[in-house]
Amino acid sequence: MSRQVVSALTARFADAIVATHDRFGDDTVILKREALLAALRFLKEDPALAFDMPIDVCGVDYQAYVPARPHAERFEVVYHLRSTTKNHRVRLRVPVPESDPVVDSSVSVWRGTAWFERETFDMFGIRFQGHPDLRRILTYDEFEGHPLRKDYPVRGYQPRLEMPRLKGDELPWRKQPDEEA
Amino acid sequence: MPARDLHTEMMTLNMGPSHPAMHGTVRMKLTLDGETVVHCDPEVGYLHRGFEKMCENRTWPQCLPYTDRLNYSSPLINNVGFVLALEKLLGAKSTPRADFIRVIISELSRITDHFTAIAAGALELGGFTPMIWGVEARDHLYNLVEDLTGARLTVNYTRVGGVKHDLPVDFEAHWREYRDKILKLHHDIDVVLTKNGVFLDRNEGVGCISRADAIEHGFTGVVLRSTGEPYDVRRAHPYLVYDQLDWTVPVGTKGDNLDRYLCRMEEILQSISIIDQCLARLPQGPFLSSEWASALPDKEYVYHTIEGMIAHFEMIMKGIEVPPGEAYGYVEGGNGELGFYLVADGRGGPYRCHVRPPCFALMQGLHLMVEGGMLADIIPTFDSINMIGGEIDR
Repeated sequence: MSRQVVSALTARFADAIVATHDRFGDDTVILKREALLAALRFLKEDPALAFDMPIDVCGVDYQAYVPARPHAERFEVVYHLRSTTKNHRVRLRVPVPESDPVVDSSVSVWRGTAWFERETFDMFGIRFQGHPDLRRILTYDEFEGHPLRKDYPVRGYQPRLEMPRLKGDELPWRKQPDEEA
Repeated sequence: MPARDLHTEMMTLNMGPSHPAMHGTVRMKLTLDGETVVHCDPEVGYLHRGFEKMCENRTWPQCLPYTDRLNYSSPLINNVGFVLALEKLLGAKSTPRADFIRVIISELSRITDHFTAIAAGALELGGFTPMIWGVEARDHLYNLVEDLTGARLTVNYTRVGGVKHDLPVDFEAHWREYRDKILKLHHDIDVVLTKNGVFLDRNEGVGCISRADAIEHGFTGVVLRSTGEPYDVRRAHPYLVYDQLDWTVPVGTKGDNLDRYLCRMEEILQSISIIDQCLARLPQGPFLSSEWASALPDKEYVYHTIEGMIAHFEMIMKGIEVPPGEAYGYVEGGNGELGFYLVADGRGGPYRCHVRPPCFALMQGLHLMVEGGMLADIIPTFDSINMIGGEIDR
C-alpha cells in the first residue's frame, strides 16, 4: 500500500536518500539531515501522502552497535509519521554525526513534535535547530550528561545539588553558605 | 468601578508537584490573570526511572515485568504491546488461543483504565459515590486478573508466542458473575453522572480541542476520538483478532470533557461485548507456542529431557536471540496508541527500546485545552486526559 510513500520520497529527494527498506511491513527511509525539513514538509503537504499526524520522534545511539548499518554516524533521529486520511505510515531515520549533533527542528511542520524533540535532546544531547523551547523534559536542568547515550554508565551518579536558599531561610542555628567556606 | 481601576498584574502559580489533583507528580507552571489561565506549562519527569536504559541492559524476557509499570492502570495492555512489537521483530507467531486470550486481557485492562479515569474524574469534582463505584468495578476485574496472573497490578502475563499460562477453569463463570456487577455499577455511575447538572456544568464545553489541533499534536485514543476523528488502532491497523469481532468505535463531536467521559462510558460497554465474543469463540489448543528458540519449554520437558533443560537454561541466561533489525509495534492502550520502537543487534536483549506513550502527546497539548479557561477547569480537563505518570516519565 504505502510503498508509494517511499517511491514518492525517493523520486523527490533522490540525492538525499541513504537507504530504504520495508522489513516487517514498516516503510523506512534513511535520509541525509540536510534534506530533513524539506522532506517532512513534503510528506505533510503533498495531497497524496498527507502525513498530518506526528506519532513519535526518538533518538538512537549506534555507538556500540556491532552489525552493519548503512551509514557511519553515531546518532540517528527517528520519526514515525501517520496519515489520518490515507491511513498509512512511514519511518524516517536521519543520521546525525557525533561531532555536530544538530538537526533542524520539525516544530514548524507539526507543533506536536515539540516535546518529543525535547525528550531526544534530553536523552541524547541532539540539538534541534529552530526549536522554540529546547529544555530538558524528563531529567532536571542541572543533570550532567545524556542518560541514553551508550557511554553514560548504567549506574551513573549525579553530583549533589545545593538546595537554593530562600529569603526567610536564614534561621540563626542554620549555617549560612559563606560561613561554611 | 471601571475596569481600568482593577489590579491586573499577572500571577505565576505552581500547581503541584504535590497536589491531590495532579495524579502523582506533575507540576503546572501557570500564569493567571485573575482566575483565567493565560499560560500553562506542564512539567513532567518527576517519576523518571529510566525504563529505556534499564531495558537496554536486560534480556528481552527481563524487560516484560518493567512494562507493567508503564501504564499502571492497564498493565496487561502494555504486556501485549511489548510482546507484539517483539514478535514483529522476531517474525514469531502466537497460537490462536493465545490471540484470543490477549484480546480478552487487553479489554479487561481497558475497562479498568476507563473506570479509573471516570472514578478519579468524578471524585475531583466532588462525586465521592461514583468514585467508590468505579473503584469497586475495577476491583472486581482485579480479582479476575488475580485469578489469571497471580497478581493484581504487576501482572507480567504475556510471553513471546503466547501467554504465561492458560485461563483458569472457572474464568468464564467468574467473568459472568463480575460482568453483571460491573454492568450494574456502570449503570449506576451513568445515572448519577451523565445527567447530573453539576457534572455537566463542569464538563460540557470545557477543555475543548479542535480536531485539527488534536491530530497535529499526535493525540490518540479517547481524547482524539472525542473530537470526531475515529482513529482507533484496533480498527485502523487491526492486530490479534480484532478484525473478526463485532464492535464499534464511539466518537464525540465537540472534543470537550463531556465527550471524553461519554466515549469512555461507551467503550466500557464495547469492551465487555468484545470479551463476551472472545469467550464464546475461544479456540482450544496450546496457549504458548512450542518454538523453543523464543518460548520457554513446558516443564515436562525441562525436568525430563536434556534438550528441554538446555532450552530453558539458554532462555533464562541469554534471553531470546533476535536477528538485527528494527520494528515499531503499536497497540491501542488505555489512553491511545502505545508504541514500542525496538532495535535489535542480535544479542539476547534490546539494543534500543523506545516507548511511545500516548499520554506524552496528550500532556503536550494540554495547554491548548486549559488556556483561556478558568483555573478550576484545569481539574476536570486534566482528569479527562487521564495522565499516567508511569507511562509518560518511564
